[in-house]
Amino acid sequence: MKKLGSAVELEQLRKKIASQRDPKRTCIVTSVGTCGLARGAAGVAQAISAELKKDGLNGSVDLRTTGCHGFCEIEPVVVIYPKRIVYQHVTPADVPEIISETVSKGKIITRLLYTNPATGRKIVREQTIPFYGKQYRLLTDSIRFIDPHNIEDYIALGGYSALCKVLFDMHPEEVLDEISRSGLRGRGGAGFPTFRKWESARNAPSYDGIRYVICNADEGDPGAYMDRSLLEGNPHSVIEGMIIGAYTMGSHHGYVYVRNEYPLAVENLRIALDQARQYGLLGRNILGSNFDFDIKISRGGGAFICGESTALMASLEGRIGEPRPKHIHTALKGLYGRPTNLNNVETWANVPLIINRGAKWYTTIGTEGSKGTKIFSLVGKINNTGLVEVPMGITLREMVYDIGGGIRGGKKFKAVQTGGPSGGCIPESLIDLPIDFDRLAESGSMMGSGGMIVMDEGTCMVDMARYFVKFLTEESCGKCVPCREGLDRMLDILTDITEGRGKKEDIELLEELGDVIKEASLCGLGGTAPNPVLSTIRYFRDEYEAHITDRRCPAGVCKALITFTVDAVNCTGCRVCARECPQGAISGEKKEIHFIDQGKCIKCGLCRDLCKFDAVLVS
Amino acid sequence: MIELTIDGTKVRVEKGTSVLEAAKEMGITIPTLCYYPGLSSYGECRVCLVEVVKGKNRSSLEASCAMPVEQGLVIRTNSEKAKKARKLVVELLIASCPTSKTLQDMASNMGINRIRFKIKDRGCILCGRCVRYCKEQMRSGGIGFVGRGTSRRVATAFGVTPAECRNCGGCEWICPVCERACTANNLINGLCGGCQNLAPVETCAICTGCSESVGAHGHTVY
Ligand SMILES: Cc1cc2nc3c(=O)[nH]c(=O)nc-3n(C[C@H](O)[C@H](O)[C@H](O)COP(=O)(O)O)c2cc1C
Ligand code: SF4
Ligand code: SF4
Ligand code: SF4
Ligand code: SF4
Ligand code: SF4
Ligand code: SF4
Ligand code: FES
Ligand code: FES
Repeated sequence: MKKLGSAVELEQLRKKIASQRDPKRTCIVTSVGTCGLARGAAGVAQAISAELKKDGLNGSVDLRTTGCHGFCEIEPVVVIYPKRIVYQHVTPADVPEIISETVSKGKIITRLLYTNPATGRKIVREQTIPFYGKQYRLLTDSIRFIDPHNIEDYIALGGYSALCKVLFDMHPEEVLDEISRSGLRGRGGAGFPTFRKWESARNAPSYDGIRYVICNADEGDPGAYMDRSLLEGNPHSVIEGMIIGAYTMGSHHGYVYVRNEYPLAVENLRIALDQARQYGLLGRNILGSNFDFDIKISRGGGAFICGESTALMASLEGRIGEPRPKHIHTALKGLYGRPTNLNNVETWANVPLIINRGAKWYTTIGTEGSKGTKIFSLVGKINNTGLVEVPMGITLREMVYDIGGGIRGGKKFKAVQTGGPSGGCIPESLIDLPIDFDRLAESGSMMGSGGMIVMDEGTCMVDMARYFVKFLTEESCGKCVPCREGLDRMLDILTDITEGRGKKEDIELLEELGDVIKEASLCGLGGTAPNPVLSTIRYFRDEYEAHITDRRCPAGVCKALITFTVDAVNCTGCRVCARECPQGAISGEKKEIHFIDQGKCIKCGLCRDLCKFDAVLVS
Repeated sequence: MIELTIDGTKVRVEKGTSVLEAAKEMGITIPTLCYYPGLSSYGECRVCLVEVVKGKNRSSLEASCAMPVEQGLVIRTNSEKAKKARKLVVELLIASCPTSKTLQDMASNMGINRIRFKIKDRGCILCGRCVRYCKEQMRSGGIGFVGRGTSRRVATAFGVTPAECRNCGGCEWICPVCERACTANNLINGLCGGCQNLAPVETCAICTGCSESVGAHGHTVY
């Protein structure tokens, strides 16, 4: 490939690619993101290619491997274009049939279709799966058209046209103005207005003219993988966003700080960077514009705290990833003491869209204070789990019921934890809350990076708060006292409460401690870590009181506070529980009421799960 | 020069001064532990917290030792909010290092009368004074932090005295915790009950001046 020397050459290439592609041709798409790979998608893709060769079809059918389409639960997924027929849970053994029936004859294989759990109906086309219904896949939809190893797929979709527009038609001030009017706020957690950061970094004096732009792909929240999915599936959108930002701020050096546990994201990004360089979209004299910019990859050590901006920069410089006081903003003095701008992966990916389609269009999506879409990773006690992209302002109800398909096993919805481990819990009573930066903050939670964990009636809120505080205690860097010692003592108190040693003063002490940890900690980890505790006290105080005063766990979770007994009315004497109890704690004759010896019972809950007659009671 | 307001009084100080130093120049004492003149600021202990007024009903707490003055700042060094947070921080510090006389005295000065948290004697408050002293004053790198979270501690590489160590003893000398150990052998509500912490108080027959914070009534001997 000869380097593209101008915008005209890029347009010519785009036309050439389009002329070689026929949208009516059959194309078999296999999604091979990390979630797909874990379930054997690579084997499926290989089998498809081998089978096509065997049948002599490899000339007439296109193949594409893409990143994750979002509905992780039905992976490995194969989609057959142009009809967009979707098959779920495909194994290599299914491949010959898919080729001989669907590809050759156009017949649908019912067995491989997705069943709508609400109606029991089979669904043929990807776009009619209800999981996708209320989504607005602005950033993620293109993933299904893109082989991340092939830059031409991205170019075919109009890729790098925003960059052309910026380089040749816009002054940096105009770009800044466009980003400002779009209302774009950072997707990394705090929702800070992007243009303000860009403006400070652009105007900050640098003694040798060096400025840096960084992409934060550390993504340490357990269960969140929005950024991974974007980097794996559409790395060029992030790269293009970064080049536009660099041009605006006058930077020539970029970094992507990506966690080491993301090998596929690193690999796809590396290939994308190489290709962008070959095509003259990165490096010296980009597209003949005289603007130079290049991006390096830096692999993080995998500590949660390294996602914090100052810790990230310390880690990038090769020092221990520890936060420092931020009185001097990183925009003024960041990496190697130079003006630096750090944005999240998703924030960067929004930039080309805004430039291409305009701030005015962008502001039509979302709410007053939060524009655009947000990607969430929807997990927990819900029917449909996966990555969802929705317009800001969608309600929790729509997330849980329309997209998530409701609570698993027909149980009752209780709460949702948003914002990752240091976010907060939002109760059922606020289910019509529109989700945006400000509403979430008002409710005592936060947007965070976009984790969303759904909980049902079987979740104990005290135990849940304890779980998150434990995670954060382990992830605290340990530098400052309120976070290091405060979280540790908070965990002690919560453990005492869940183990039946709670004291009456504990709730107030937790609140006092939580307020001080939030206010007095050095960085955002301590600054948000008490959220799960404070928000559950705010909405589920009665549950704390039940644990402390009545020594009772209403959800039946905290082992020290529950007892298992057999209900004399329902027990049929089937002996199942007695046979399986690991402690031999259950006795009783066949067809007679059974009995649990409380001295032997370790409260594993196995008997309750096994009993078909709901005869094991928890109290 | 930069003008700011501390406790209602306007002051002008040089750019680059910390809020702590500016207050000190005015004769206002703010408690400190990890701060040490001549060492870089670190912001670990948070006992120097002050309230930064940001609007009519908005304010935040900041570590004054690590906060450079800014034009127009409004600082309250002794507001209820700041005092409350400092007290809790000292409570947490004693819970993790009850044998420090410095901390016990600080608690007593702040009117803390019991520690509500589990005592876990770590023997060190991780203030980093020794580490910074070694690096910044001795240009050595004998000691450093290892571990994360509650496993964090000060250590030498591989647990042996490293070749770079100049045996200056500075690291021990500068430690606010080992410097003066509390000698009480049992704690009441987490407090040593010694010196000025408990009433009634008496003065030692032969005062050795072990406590800097001699209260109005002197001390009890232990
Ligand atoms: C403990 C902690 C962890 C963080 N982890 C991440 C992360 O994994 N990814 C990220 O983009 N931002 C993370 N952030 C937020 C960053 O500090 C920073 O605000 C963000 O990357 C800025 O980008 P934005 O303006 O595009 O949101 C974290 C913050 C804290 C306090
Ligand atoms: S708040 Fe926690 S993570 Fe942040 S600097 Fe302090 S100890 Fe480290
Ligand atoms: S499994 Fe249920 S019904 Fe059967 S013996 Fe046990 S309690 Fe009774
Ligand atoms: S809870 Fe577990 S240990 Fe207890 S009786 Fe049931 S199966 Fe046995
Ligand atoms: S004694 Fe050694 S380790 Fe301690 S400050 Fe001096 S040089 Fe550093
Ligand atoms: S040993 Fe002393 S000086 Fe060093 S960190 Fe611990 S408390 Fe601070
Ligand atoms: S009276 Fe003197 S010797 Fe006794 S504790 Fe107080 S200062 Fe120390
Ligand atoms: S003296 Fe300021 S944080 Fe320790
Ligand atoms: S400080 Fe403990 S006896 Fe005085």
